[in-house]
Amino acid sequence: MTNLQMPKVEQSIISNKDKIVSDISKIVKEENILSHNDEIKPYETDALAAYKQPPLIVVLPETVEEVSAVLKYCNENKIKIVPRGAGTGLSGGSLPLADCVLLAMGKFNKILELDFKNRCVVAQPCVTNLAITQAVQDKNFYYAPDPSSQIACSIGGNVAENSGGVHSLKYGATTNNLLGIEVVLMDGTITRFGGKAMDSEGYDFLGLMTGSEGLLGIITEVTVKILRSPEVVKTALIGFSTIEDAGNCVAQIIAQGCIPAGMEIMDKALTKATNDYSKAGYPTDAEAMMIIEFDGTELEVVSYINQAKKIAEENNSSSLKISKTKEERLKFWAGRKAAFPACGVLAPDYMCMDGSIPRGKLAEVLREITRLSKKYDLPVANAFHAGDGNLHPLIMFDANDPVSLRKTEKFGAEILKYCVKVGGALTGEHGVGIEKRELMCEAFNNTDIQQQLTIKLALDPNSLLNPGKVYPILRKCAEEGRVHVHGGKTKFPDIPRF
Amino acid sequence: MSMEEKQNSQTFLDFNQSTFKPETIEEVSAIIKECYKKNIPLEISGLKSKNNIGRNFQAEKTLDLSNYSEVIEYKPEELYIKVKAGTSLKVIKSELDKNNQELAFEPVDFGPLFSGKNNEGTIGGVISCNFSGPRRFKAGSARDHVLGFQGVNGKGEIIKSGGTVVKNVTGYDLSKIVAGSYGTLVVLTEISIKVLPKSPSNKTIVIENPHLSKALEYLNLALSSSSDPSGGVFYPEYYRNHFTFNDLTTEGPITAIRIEGSSNSIDYRIKELCKELEIQKNEIIILEPEQSNIFWEKTRSLQVFSNLKNNLLRIVVPSSETFEIINKLKVYKINYFVDWGGSLIWVQLDDISAKILKNIREIIDRSSGYVTVIKIEENLKASIDVFTIDPVKYKITEKIKKSFDPKRILNPGKMYSGI
Repeated sequence: MTNLQMPKVEQSIISNKDKIVSDISKIVKEENILSHNDEIKPYETDALAAYKQPPLIVVLPETVEEVSAVLKYCNENKIKIVPRGAGTGLSGGSLPLADCVLLAMGKFNKILELDFKNRCVVAQPCVTNLAITQAVQDKNFYYAPDPSSQIACSIGGNVAENSGGVHSLKYGATTNNLLGIEVVLMDGTITRFGGKAMDSEGYDFLGLMTGSEGLLGIITEVTVKILRSPEVVKTALIGFSTIEDAGNCVAQIIAQGCIPAGMEIMDKALTKATNDYSKAGYPTDAEAMMIIEFDGTELEVVSYINQAKKIAEENNSSSLKISKTKEERLKFWAGRKAAFPACGVLAPDYMCMDGSIPRGKLAEVLREITRLSKKYDLPVANAFHAGDGNLHPLIMFDANDPVSLRKTEKFGAEILKYCVKVGGALTGEHGVGIEKRELMCEAFNNTDIQQQLTIKLALDPNSLLNPGKVYPILRKCAEEGRVHVHGGKTKFPDIPRF
Repeated sequence: MSMEEKQNSQTFLDFNQSTFKPETIEEVSAIIKECYKKNIPLEISGLKSKNNIGRNFQAEKTLDLSNYSEVIEYKPEELYIKVKAGTSLKVIKSELDKNNQELAFEPVDFGPLFSGKNNEGTIGGVISCNFSGPRRFKAGSARDHVLGFQGVNGKGEIIKSGGTVVKNVTGYDLSKIVAGSYGTLVVLTEISIKVLPKSPSNKTIVIENPHLSKALEYLNLALSSSSDPSGGVFYPEYYRNHFTFNDLTTEGPITAIRIEGSSNSIDYRIKELCKELEIQKNEIIILEPEQSNIFWEKTRSLQVFSNLKNNLLRIVVPSSETFEIINKLKVYKINYFVDWGGSLIWVQLDDISAKILKNIREIIDRSSGYVTVIKIEENLKASIDVFTIDPVKYKITEKIKKSFDPKRILNPGKMYSGI
């Protein structure tokens, strides 16, 4: 791990490894502790694969009582804990520390209850996002937030990161679809926030925990609301001859009061790459392509599509294709969801950014990205959750060339700073983790950050839970945001992401 | 001179007054800094629409934000409005009306209950209390619509969280913890809130049906159907006279379901919904948009409790529990109505005692719900818990309170004794 300061490694903890293993084996089954180098190697990184660090040991608890006892033991012995779900996070939130116990939640993988009467599902945290929808779809229900990695990412990880997805435009992110959690605090306290009833009373700890990136507690159970599947869903592909036209079209569609279920844009480079990869039927000659989806009744969907078509035409759209069958609609999405692996064809490595901006600034930010691309002499491909202003520019580079890597980091940081400058945010859905940690001072001043750190210390006074993530270690923010190495060769390149 | 030094050097504060009416954030910060230094507890207040909700507590001074009012920025095309926290809902709504937009969570109007006339209060109060109207189950609660805020913590420090964009996971989501904290963590000064286009039209179907159990079944089926309703209530017969509409020719209790959308889509969905509920056309009455609007406006503003002399409880439970709970509560001579498609029960009691309240709390607790005391006889208020909390959460609450307001000067004791 280069150039990124992490919390000081406690040599006394490392030299005490055997005793720690022996102590924890009194809490969890012996086979659920991994301590040999070969066993812990697979846990050395998450989906921010350029950063690697094997943990001291890996512990795989099976019950909430075990989680509680492990945390209590680690708290008393000042041992750091790094939580891990499915390991699909893109910001390095699960990156281990050399002196940490990596708490891998993989054995919490069961759906506990399908409650159609209260329209919710109770699941353990390592159930995958998609498995929840699959469990209820025969009754015509689904779970709305759908991060592109939904076949692999865990619902507990979704809560920790407040994950979004292509449908969060209409249905909100995880925080808006979560009813309750069971959580273990660093001192071993087991408690529940929320439940099947809406809006629990008192301070909204459920809301605070959501998106706290594993710094405040370990999630051991999740209750999410499920929705009845819409009667009709239609998706259209709209081509534009300039990316500005596409950006303006997005802003106008929203401004005219029609809220699609999802609205995505890809630029020409990515449209072509994803089309080559998944034969999605995209208009590869267009400079920008919009994927727009409406759901509801047949009448509504048709009227919305017509409205969108009219606005697109006013913005010089060059083509329009509307899905005729469910299969065709899924094919349209398959291309978009394969943006990550498809990009591997374009360059040896790429770095995925995650800025969020006001929709109306889309064209302006795109121009700036193009300008920066020329300035740094690095190609960039763009995918956006355009409806909610969430950009995923992919900067292409060669990680073997140190100059190229440094340039990429600077390029990425400049994009994010520009997002903040136009009124946006550093991260829309991937989280801060270690990746954007040093840029936090672009978004917050010292008082803001100190307030957040005080909350952290209130629940974890020894700063043992996932330390080194989200908040800069130095009191003063770094001059230049350092960031973001993204190995193109991730371990599972076929898993759709962002 | 740095900004902070400037703030500290300001001498405009006359500390002898009992009520401060700040007009700038610097004033808010300076007042709280001074109170922090001198250990002076503050009551935070706006338009006093909800100040009867919560425990009574002693505060030496009042921080009145009703003058801290302004629409800072309204971007209809970006679907947000940024306002100062003391801005009244009335002003915000008339601004949003110009672009046919609204706050989708339908803020509850407690004015009729407490004063007999409409008073929706300030946006700061709405967010601090986090009460949401009939559309809650579809659109989310007030807290779901907060994109970001600026506020002053108990040390007088100006802090912010979130922003104006919908997707933002930068740092802890403090908007959530601040919403529903009754001014005990920060004094909100600026709020950016998500707005949405109003639905082009709406209609309400009222089902002729005398039974609570059947009504709850209808509501549950409707909420689980693809007709996508945005309101579902049940009013027992004794509230019937509050709804004298020309179209409402049925008698007895009211089971009402609201459908919003474009007019042709509404008609289609009503037809489909009737099929799913297995009801015939002659068993329902349809309230056309104008009367439908009035009906839900009455529900949102708790008109049936207008000028209520008695006690009022707000009970939220998983909807599967509602029938049993209402039956168990009937021994206490209650009047009630059900909102949120079955999940929210407003309960009015003629007689209440600490013991009765404790019994009710136990019933609700066993059903994984919660009870908030909205209105209760003054002589009882000091001896009962307005909100429910367990010992573990109390301990966590204490820690979080301390992290924002270490000397407990912001609305101390408003939610719980010692917080």
